[in-house]
Amino acid sequence: MGDFTIRVGHAEFEPGAEIAALSGNPAAGAIASFVGLVRNYGDDAHVTALELEHYPGMTEAELGRIVGEARERWPLTAATIIHRVGYLPLGEPIVLVVVASGHRRDAFAACEFLMDYLKTRAPFWKKEYYRDGTSRWVDAKDSDDEAAARWMAQ
Amino acid sequence: MTLNLIYFARLKDTFGRGGETLDSGAASVAELLAELAARGGVWADELGTGRVFRVAVNQTMASRDTALSAGDEVAIFPPVTGG
Repeated sequence: MGDFTIRVGHAEFEPGAEIAALSGNPAAGAIASFVGLVRNYGDDAHVTALELEHYPGMTEAELGRIVGEARERWPLTAATIIHRVGYLPLGEPIVLVVVASGHRRDAFAACEFLMDYLKTRAPFWKKEYYRDGTSRWVDAKDSDDEAAARWMAQ
Repeated sequence: MTLNLIYFARLKDTFGRGGETLDSGAASVAELLAELAARGGVWADELGTGRVFRVAVNQTMASRDTALSAGDEVAIFPPVTGG
């Protein structure tokens, strides 16, 4: 059955430890991972921090549904999704997706699929804090919807 | 019947509340949205025709046609921006 984990909370995570934790299954010949970090620019201003809000309960349920869809598409041996919430200063990790599979193509594809679907379906919202002390909720991007829509044709 | 409404992110700020208990006769999401928009002001601005937002009923994404029952949890929020 494998090991499928979803964690949502403020606690910082260690990507190396999470990847190592999925390395024990002898059928997992490939592990692909993605780490999203707080970067210093948004659409038009100097960002100093992000605040992540979410919908407790639905967030975990939706991420579970997304993992279920990935498992229908690719033979995965394990996957971990961690998403942080709350106030996150510059450089801090926000999100981690780790996918283990028998072969690299499936691991790469499933990792990208999980991120594309997470960004368009999981109920998280980002607020950007700027150097001048102001803050603003981030608008959703059409490019994210287009990235997720690619998978529907496959 | 009673509905439990929840608002998130920009809509929570704009409406000035994170949620409310509403005594409503709305049989569907569309009817509920019309009832809220009829409050006028920011409610009409944010939930009126042509505005982009999402609705979840009992923590599952819903559409305007989704039916409502007593005790449902209805969340209204902007398009998501996580990751």
